[in-house]
Amino acid sequence: MTVRAISILGLLGFWFAVAAIAANPTVLPMPQDLIAPISQEIATGELPYHLGMTLIRVVWAFALAMGLGCILGLVMGLFPTIDRWLDPWLVVFLNLPALVLIVLCYLWIGLNETAAITAVTLNKIPNVTTIIREGARSLNPDLSAMAKVFGMRKSAILRHIILPQLGPFVTGAARSGIAVIWKIVLVVEFLGRSNGIGFQIHLYFQLFDVALVLVYALSFIAVMLLVEWVILQPWERRARRWRQA
Amino acid sequence: MINVDVQSKSYGNTQVLRDIHLSLERGDALAILGASGIGKTTLLRIIAGIDTKYDGVIERPENIGIVFQEPTLLPWRSVFDNIKLVHPSRTNDAIHAMLRDVGLSGKAEMFPGQLSLGQQRRLSLARGFAGQPELLILDEPFVSLDQATADDMLSLTKRLIDKTEPTTIFVTHNMAEAATLATQVMTLQGEPATLHNGGDPQ
Repeated sequence: MTVRAISILGLLGFWFAVAAIAANPTVLPMPQDLIAPISQEIATGELPYHLGMTLIRVVWAFALAMGLGCILGLVMGLFPTIDRWLDPWLVVFLNLPALVLIVLCYLWIGLNETAAITAVTLNKIPNVTTIIREGARSLNPDLSAMAKVFGMRKSAILRHIILPQLGPFVTGAARSGIAVIWKIVLVVEFLGRSNGIGFQIHLYFQLFDVALVLVYALSFIAVMLLVEWVILQPWERRARRWRQA
Repeated sequence: MINVDVQSKSYGNTQVLRDIHLSLERGDALAILGASGIGKTTLLRIIAGIDTKYDGVIERPENIGIVFQEPTLLPWRSVFDNIKLVHPSRTNDAIHAMLRDVGLSGKAEMFPGQLSLGQQRRLSLARGFAGQPELLILDEPFVSLDQATADDMLSLTKRLIDKTEPTTIFVTHNMAEAATLATQVMTLQGEPATLHNGGDPQ
């Protein structure tokens, strides 16, 4: 915890130093110069509103990408025939630039919420699928054999044997997923939504207001750090409990 | 009652087993000996229903217990859960009694990783017997244990077999183990390997 605090303070110190050297608040304001615009954006309700809109998109895209990606990854990892059929699709989607998918979704579906969430979800599914597929391929066959001989029910095998083995892979996919998804959501909002952090960054980019661009970007980073510390890390610790015993 | 009639088992173009005929009654204990790599574990996996790619027919009871060479435990669940999850119909008291039988009564809440290899083997044995199986399959369960622990496990296994009287099929390299546990001792031999008891134990 101490190391983490010192590390963050170091980053803040680096910002101070660069801002002092730049000596131009329109290019890079001092950290304390953001306090007033943050307070103002919170007071007017703008920041909570746009933060909320982005969070809703992140949650939807994350849930869809993790759900569909886990199912696909598991099926591809467990059934080599299906894997052979779907693998070329996976490679295509893995290598499709995020921007292309976003633009195509907006063109085909329209400038709406469905297109935005679909674009983000499609961008992340291949990555989750690849990670979970690796997990499914590395499942311990002896445990499956044991479950089969003892006649364990399929639901019990999934819950008590398969999912715990996939745990580290799901955690890895979730952590990288949440980090990538919110960045793609911002691009989606930047290109085609009328609210959200990405939209606000686009707005203040056009006004060349670096302070407000930073206010919106940093506020969302703060939320994501909170998610990491309050949800992801405790969950990971709980999942790893038996390893440390 | 178990009847094994395996005409052939192959891996690719290599036939490893042929003409395996076994017939065992409740309470029989068959020890299968044989050189390493001859197909003993393959045969056990076929009898257990793990390997289903063979030519032949097997009549086996539904209630089977198995003890693998490695303990094959769920490291993320407690000692107690390792039995309860596999035998959900068993009462908690019955599981605790089984843990007592194998000398793990004080370890119910521990994780398998906190146990010694000998204790993990005991847990695996407890899990194998906990469902009161009609057919018990043991795949070299005492391998890589020190002599004292192996002897201890052997007498424990003998005690549990006498108590629950399953039909037992086990693989071993050790004649002393076979003599202690088995009512019949057979050797898997030949290329491809073959075996039949047909009322004439070797």
